[in-house]
This record gives sequence, structure tokens and C-alpha cells, in this order.
Amino acid sequence: MTADSHADSHGAAHTSTGLSNNKLGMWLFLGSECLLFGGLISTYMLYRGRVGEGPRPSQVFDIPFTSVSSFVLLMSSLTMVLAVSAAHKGDERNTSLWVAITALLGATFVGGQVYEFTAFYNEGMGFTTSLFSSSFYVLTGFHGVHVTVGIIMLMSTVGILKRSKVPGSKAETVEMIGLYWHFVDVVWIIIFTLIYLIPA
Amino acid sequence: MAIIERPSVTTTPAVIAPATPSSSLGTLRRPVTTGGWKAWLFTVDHKKLGIMYMATALFFFIVGGLEAVLIRLQLAAPNGKVLNADLYNQMFTMHATTMVFLFVMPMAAGLANYFIPLQIGARDVAFPRINAFSFWAFLFGGIFLNLAWLLGGAADGGWFMYAPNSGPIFSPSHGIDFWALGLQITGIASLAGAVNLITTVLNMRAPGMSLMRMPIFTWMQLVVQFLLLFAVPVITVALFLLSFQRNFGATFFDVSAGADPLLWQHLFWIFGHPEVYILILPSFGVISEVLPVFSRKPLFGYPFVVFSDAAIGFVGWGVWAHHMFASGLGPVSVAVFSISTMAIAVPTGVKIVNWTMTIWGGKLEFTVAMKFAVGLIVLFTIGGLSGVTHSVAPSDTQQTDTYYIVAHFHYVLFGGAIFGLFSGFYYWWPKVFGKLLNEKLGTWNFWLMVIGMNMTFGPMHILGLQGQPRRMYQWTEARAGEGFFNLGFWNLFASIGSLVLTIGVLLFLINIVITARNGKVSPLDPWDARSLEWMTTNPPKEHNFDSIPTVSHLDEFFHRKYEEDANGQMVKVKSAEQVLKELEDNADAHIHMPSPSYWPIVLAAGLPVICFGVIYSIPIAIFGGVIVLFGCYGWAIEPSTAPDDDFDPPVTTKDVVHVG
Repeated sequence: MTADSHADSHGAAHTSTGLSNNKLGMWLFLGSECLLFGGLISTYMLYRGRVGEGPRPSQVFDIPFTSVSSFVLLMSSLTMVLAVSAAHKGDERNTSLWVAITALLGATFVGGQVYEFTAFYNEGMGFTTSLFSSSFYVLTGFHGVHVTVGIIMLMSTVGILKRSKVPGSKAETVEMIGLYWHFVDVVWIIIFTLIYLIPA
Repeated sequence: MAIIERPSVTTTPAVIAPATPSSSLGTLRRPVTTGGWKAWLFTVDHKKLGIMYMATALFFFIVGGLEAVLIRLQLAAPNGKVLNADLYNQMFTMHATTMVFLFVMPMAAGLANYFIPLQIGARDVAFPRINAFSFWAFLFGGIFLNLAWLLGGAADGGWFMYAPNSGPIFSPSHGIDFWALGLQITGIASLAGAVNLITTVLNMRAPGMSLMRMPIFTWMQLVVQFLLLFAVPVITVALFLLSFQRNFGATFFDVSAGADPLLWQHLFWIFGHPEVYILILPSFGVISEVLPVFSRKPLFGYPFVVFSDAAIGFVGWGVWAHHMFASGLGPVSVAVFSISTMAIAVPTGVKIVNWTMTIWGGKLEFTVAMKFAVGLIVLFTIGGLSGVTHSVAPSDTQQTDTYYIVAHFHYVLFGGAIFGLFSGFYYWWPKVFGKLLNEKLGTWNFWLMVIGMNMTFGPMHILGLQGQPRRMYQWTEARAGEGFFNLGFWNLFASIGSLVLTIGVLLFLINIVITARNGKVSPLDPWDARSLEWMTTNPPKEHNFDSIPTVSHLDEFFHRKYEEDANGQMVKVKSAEQVLKELEDNADAHIHMPSPSYWPIVLAAGLPVICFGVIYSIPIAIFGGVIVLFGCYGWAIEPSTAPDDDFDPPVTTKDVVHVG
């Protein structure tokens, strides 16, 4: 829904709020996403102590490892900012470069998450092991899917920018993906704090 | 598709051949259809989509209505044999699901789609293709939900699907899987629609139309869309958890695994309570348009109506646990939610006062639209009063799960939401189709619905207070009681009422057919209306307005027709035709409308395929995912408006070039 709402060259010109339709739409969508993650986080907070026979959070979490991958994800917000800035200057080469680096950092984070999930699984924490494990995988999994969708949008933008097939304003397209990307990062800060840093 | 639309002073549009469309994604060319079924299938026009929404919703209204009649036939006599227990469970679950998600919500969405752009003086919504996507997702979701009837039985856990009834032990069929996934699809439709309509209202108002000059229907819909925007993701989470439990072995609501079944109830009602305002506010909006028009007075206290509306939008989030008083929340929670529930009656009461004061001293004209509007005030007030009795927790614990609750929400939803929608049908029919619905048949339609609905739902107060439980598939003579409180008498009475109601609705369908065949052609301004949607032809042109009006008043259209004379009386100085002529004379030279697209329907078609795969086999889901991805890319690469080189060369004559 988000990758594909592009500037309508006729509708974007003057709006009652001064904000373009695309940007306003993206903000509204992100507002809605807050409630989605709110529901998932509530579920996790309710169930994080209910480990049943399975491992406890403190037994499986590798906090230094996840801290590093979180740092990588946060750095991708910086490169995203640089991409948006380059896009506004009309510097297509640097836009593509920074967008690609952002996607790469995001992919590193997702790769870390896959590694982490595999390690947890090998330690006896499957999806259905306990209420804690189910709600952990659902919450972090949803976040991981969001990052993955972001990566797909970023990579597509690189491809589409090259062939200059993107309709509407290119800078705005990059900026909108940026909004989404920053949102996903902010959500991770909350998830990381609640899951890993605050002991159950 | 190529469109050049050039409105002119002549009223007969000339159509010329479209130019070659550019291809998108290298394979599919833009649809260039100008007529027939393809013009509907690939359209992004908010008016066509509005009509499609409303037609589909009407179809589901009939489906849900038949389910209700079967329920009433089953309960008409002791030891009913019409349905067995299992089928009865499916029937009441799907009746509620259909009426809420597939009738009232999309019907209101259809009205919003059609009338919001017209009321704010816009040519379309902010994202026309997302609009088309919303409609198709709703349609496919609705079909998906009902497919379960043919594939082993529909959902049978009640519309709020409490655990453990939603678990595989109590519901081994795929019904609830279809239910959970089907509602995800319609949820996506609602969410996309909410983003779209909010952006439209906030960004695309005609010059001069400040928020406080906005027609009241648009205001109410704006609040509804905000409620949807924030309520839908919560049910999305709940439905995901339910699907993970049923399809992938998680135990989120399984008490034996240590889970908390109240989690579902909280998530469901955090969505579910804003949902009841999502259902009723559009109808409030409709009658807030209708009452002033037929009382020949402006809406009494417009700012109060707006702010009480917004207040409902906020307070509506703080009352959800009143659905859970009987679940043992603890005295503090119960007290808090009890008080907040009493508080939310206030902004609703404010509206009822405003409507009454609008009618007070007006020159009333009881058209059918007005009759339904007044009917709403009366019937909704009855339902609202029984609602206040639920807010008193000790009284509620007595009423929970009895027919008293059924009586309450049918008064507010049938007497409220549906009467408002019917008021809108009669009021706006000439706008949409250019013909007036038959008023005489409409009067019969109205009275039979009033009598039928009171006969059906009125006795349920008595039945409920006598203790008849909801969702009971049979009752027996031995426990029916005596005299005035005889369950047998009132159940039969209610069942007869439901048939009267059915005839009432049937008259509406007959009215549609008669009107379509040889209905009276509507004048330009049949009701002497007040808001912008009437400042264009019936039905509106594809681009809505030849020139976008500059707004200087609330009730702009009224103020263009009427001016104050020396005695302070409003007198008519211009006819609607003259007002329209002024707009047409200043027609914009060049109007580009958004072009049709294949991608919304392609993208939406992928969703039920994914859901099908989740239930039966993962490869099918992956195939659905590929369709969605393909749709996304096609969509992203295709410009929403065909580029300039895709248009025909400029036409220099004064002809209207009108393609599509």
C-alpha cells in the first residue's frame, strides 16, 4: 500500500494543508501502524513471563549480539537521511548510493534476526513452545517483516530510479520511504528496550 | 487511457477516439475502455466506486436479512426445527458479521466515497487507485467470508468470537479460519479507505472551505475514518493472533496452556467499541443533512454538533470494557468504565437536542427521507436509553447475554444506523441516478419498517428481562412462563414482526426497480438543498464541477440561492439552474481526470488467494503473494494520471471531449 502511492501531478500542486497528499497519507498510515505495534507489544508484555516448560528470556537472549544489530539498524536511519538529502538536491548518483547502503544495513539487521531466531530454535525455543516464545516471535517477526518490506521498497527505488521510470516527484518518493524507514527504526528502539533491556 | 475533458457551455458531450495508451510494466497497457462492464471493472472514479460499494452492500444486506429471518423462524415456536444447533450458531454469527462488516460499514463507505468529494468541491479522492483497491478488497473479503458456507460450514463462535469458542476444539470446521482471514481483507480495505478519505477531506477542500464550513456529513465521516484508522489495526492484531492459534499451533487464547482469554476480549472491544460509532456516525451525518433541508432551517448549533462528534471520537476509546462487566474486571475498572460510559451519552444527547431544535419551528416537509430521519431520532433515543441502563454495572450484569442486549443494539443499529442510511437513499437517490424514488411506495416502506422493527425488537426487552439468553437455539414450552411474560407469545410476535420488516425492505427493492424503469426524472435541485453536492448536474459529470466553487459560507449552495432581504428574511434570488450556469460559464479549460487502472483489482485479487493458502496449503499462499507483488510493481510504475504525451492533441473547438 505504501510503495505505490505516487504523486498525482495534478493533485499534489496545492492542498488545503500545504502537505502533499502522499506525505499526509503516509503519516496517517504510520499513525495506524502505531496501534498495530501497540497491540503486539501489549500481547508480548502480558505473556513474557509465561514460559511454561520452555527457556526463560534471560536464558536465550544474547544482548551484546542484538545490541550490535540494533546499532546497525539505527545507523541505517542516518544513511536514509543522507539519501533523502541527496534526492532533494537532485543528486541521483548519491541518492542511489545511500538508498542501497540503507537497504544493505537493513538486510544486515534482518540477517541478524534470522541468525538469532535459528539460535533460539536450536536452544529449544520454538514458535509453539510457550506463550512467551509465541508472542516474542510474533512481535519481532512482524517488525522483521516491516524491515523486509522496507528493503524491498528501497531496492525497487534504486532500480526504478536508474531507469527513471518513477512517476511523480522522485525526491518525494525517496522521502516517503524514508518516513516509513524511520518509523520502523523507532519501533525497534521501543521493542529492543522492552524485550531485551528490561528484565521480565 | 486518454482523457481530455473539456467542459463547455453546450451540454451534449462529444466523444472522440482515445490516443494510444502507454504501457506500464512493459506488458500491460492501460485500460482504454470507455463503456460496458470494463468501464466499471477498472474504474478509479469515486462515483462509480461509490455506487459499486452501495450495490454490493445492499446485496449483503439481503443476505444478512435472510439469515435473520431464518433465526426468527427457528425461534417462533417452541422446539424449533428450522435449523439444527450447529447451523443456528453459524447463522447468528454470520448474520452479525454480514450486517456489521459487509452491510453498514461498506454502505457508509459508499456514501462517503460518493459524496465527500462532491461536498468539499473536489473532483475525486486523494488516491483514486487506492480507492478502487479498497472496494475490490472489500468485495473479495466479503465473498471469502461467505465461501465458508460451501466449504464445511461458516464461522460459529458469535460475532465477537470469544475464546474458547473460537478454538479448534469447539469449532473444528474451517469456518472461523475463513472468518478471521476474510475480516483481515475487509480490514485492509477499511484502512486504505480511511487513509484515502482523511487525506481527501484534509487536503482537497475547495478554496474558502475551512473545516467549520464543511458539510456536517463530511465532518461525521472524517471522525469515522479516524476511528477506523486507529481501530482496525487493533482487530488486525487480534485476528492475526487467532489465525496463528488456529493455523500454526500457537496458544494465545488457550487457558489450558496458561493463556489469558481476556486478552482477546480486550483487543476485540478496543476495536469493537469505536466500531459502534463507526456504524452510527455516518447515519447521524446523513440526517444532520436531511433535517435542515426539510425543516427549511440551518442545522441548529452546527459547532456543537461538530464538537460533540469529535468528543465521541475521543471518549469512544475509553469505554470498551463496558462490554466486559461480567468478566470479573475488578471494582475499580468497572467503576471507571461505568462512569465513562455514562459520560459518552452526553455528546450523543447533545446531538439529539440539536436535531430536535433544528426541526422546532421549521416549515416541515415530510418526504420519505425526512420520515426516516425523524424515525432515527425516536428509535435511536429508545436504544440509547436502554444503552444507559447497561452502563450501570449491577444492572448490566443482570442483562448481559440476554435478549435485552439484543433489543438494545437493534434499536441503535437498525433504528439508528439503518434508518439513517435509508434516509440517505431517498435523499440522494436523485443525485446519483437522476430519478426520484417513488414517495408513495417509500411511505409504505417507511411505516412497515417502523412497525416491523418495533414488533421484532420491542418484545426482546421483555424477553431479555425475563431471562431468555442470547444465542439459545431452542426454547421449550415448559420454561416459557405465563401471562404477559409468556416467552411463547413474545417470541412469536417478534417473528411475525421480522416478516413485516422483510416486506418493508422488499418494498424498497421494488421501489428501486420501479424507479429505474419509469421513475420521475428529478429536477436539478429537488429538495431545495443546502450543500455543495447539489451544485452540479444529476447525476454529476465525471469531473464533478466545471469550475471549482469558492466557498464563503457554511451551506454554500443555500447562500448562493438565497439572500437576506430588508426585513431580515431569506428570500430566493437565484434558481439552482442559474447557480449551476455560473459555474459552467467559468468552466476550467483543462481538466485531467485520473485514468483507469488494472492494478487495484489485480492487487486485491491476490489477497484472498493468500488467505486460501494459509488455510489449505502454503504454496497457494506463495502464489497469492506473487500476485500481490506483481500488482505492487505494476502500480508503482504506472503514473496515476496518464502522462501528457498520452493525451490527444489539444482540441481547440468548444466541444466537450469526454472519453471514459
